[in-house]
Amino acid sequence: MEAYISLFIKAVFIENLALSFFLGMCTFIAVSKKISTAMGLGIAVMIVQVITVPANNIIYHALLKEDALAWLGITGVDLSFLALLSCIGMIAALVQILEMILDKFFPALYHALGIFLPLITVNCAILAGSLFMIERDYNLAESTVYGVGSGFGWALAITVMAGVREKLKYSDIPAGLQGLGITFITAGLMSLGFMAFSGIQL
Amino acid sequence: MSAVLNEETKKVLVDPLVNNNPITLQVLGICSALAVTSQMSTSLIMALALTLVTAFSSAAISAIRNHIPGSIRIIVQMTIIASLVIVVDQILKAFAYDISKQLSVFVGLIITNCIVMGRAEGYAMKNPPLESFMDGIGNGLGYSLILITVSFIRELLGSGKLLGIEVFQLTKDGGWYDPNGLMLLPPSAFFIIGLLIWAVREWKPVQRESVEYKIMSIAHGEGGHH
Repeated sequence: MEAYISLFIKAVFIENLALSFFLGMCTFIAVSKKISTAMGLGIAVMIVQVITVPANNIIYHALLKEDALAWLGITGVDLSFLALLSCIGMIAALVQILEMILDKFFPALYHALGIFLPLITVNCAILAGSLFMIERDYNLAESTVYGVGSGFGWALAITVMAGVREKLKYSDIPAGLQGLGITFITAGLMSLGFMAFSGIQL
Repeated sequence: MSAVLNEETKKVLVDPLVNNNPITLQVLGICSALAVTSQMSTSLIMALALTLVTAFSSAAISAIRNHIPGSIRIIVQMTIIASLVIVVDQILKAFAYDISKQLSVFVGLIITNCIVMGRAEGYAMKNPPLESFMDGIGNGLGYSLILITVSFIRELLGSGKLLGIEVFQLTKDGGWYDPNGLMLLPPSAFFIIGLLIWAVREWKPVQRESVEYKIMSIAHGEGGHH
């Protein structure tokens, strides 16, 4: 149990996907102008992350890993080079299915998240979650925890960022730094803040 | 050579370097731009990999653009891009294993790099293969330019080296340079890109963004009506 809590904390704060690995930056910068939209996107990322990381974990361990096809009687086959293709295919398919399910059963949520869902397929944070899971060799339980943690961490980062930017638009910023420039510097300062967690040992 | 580089090709090749840079202006592909820049060697490899993937995926997508049904074009583009990235990844693992370990997941993340998708969707779907190839190279070079500039600053100030070769002698080896550890940490990449954007926009004021709110200057009474 302790190991899972420590993995969760690590995924949220110490190895925050947005602020220490710079993942999902394009959307992070583009959609962080208002707290409400940022939070919507954050929640969408979290949902997708929670589903795709364990799903890719199952696929990887059942089909792609070296000798994973032993249950079919095939040995000596290593398909792990296909991991990239299968991960992104899986993510695209799951996002599509999720969109259809939300449309059918939770129309309110669908309309709130609507525009963000297709964007999520090309959000690097999602693919990175699955690739980190493969690289670090997580098992199914660990990858579920990692999915929740990393998704939550990303959502937290973008919401906080949007909060800062809402205040920031009233400040007097040099003309050349306006908009994108100051956003990067803000992200840098936030990243410094998150680095303070890195000394924590759990 | 002049036959290949006609006006259009030259424009798509040179424009993305400063005037329409994918990172500083279009805000695309920043994810990996920041993460691999603590050393020059990794960012050179990354820049090369991304340029090649963008160019070849644009050319391939453009070649079959009239046969891709609109509703599944994203999946088709993804498959082409992912296949090219797998090739790059396998080549790196075979010939530059150490670098490929350092780049870890970031080579795989070229698949979701917005520059590659953006060029495929925004340019290659509408233009012939050769121009698309050049457009891919141009945007790849624009990305590379930023990546190499950032990694140059970070590696030089962070560890006093360039491409692993000592440039400034460090104090711990009896030299004069005290390395700035912050430069090796993630936040510095944000600061450097931010400052870089500032510099580019001072040079090219067209790229500045409009201000949402202005501070009124009460003393002169001129601020009330803008």
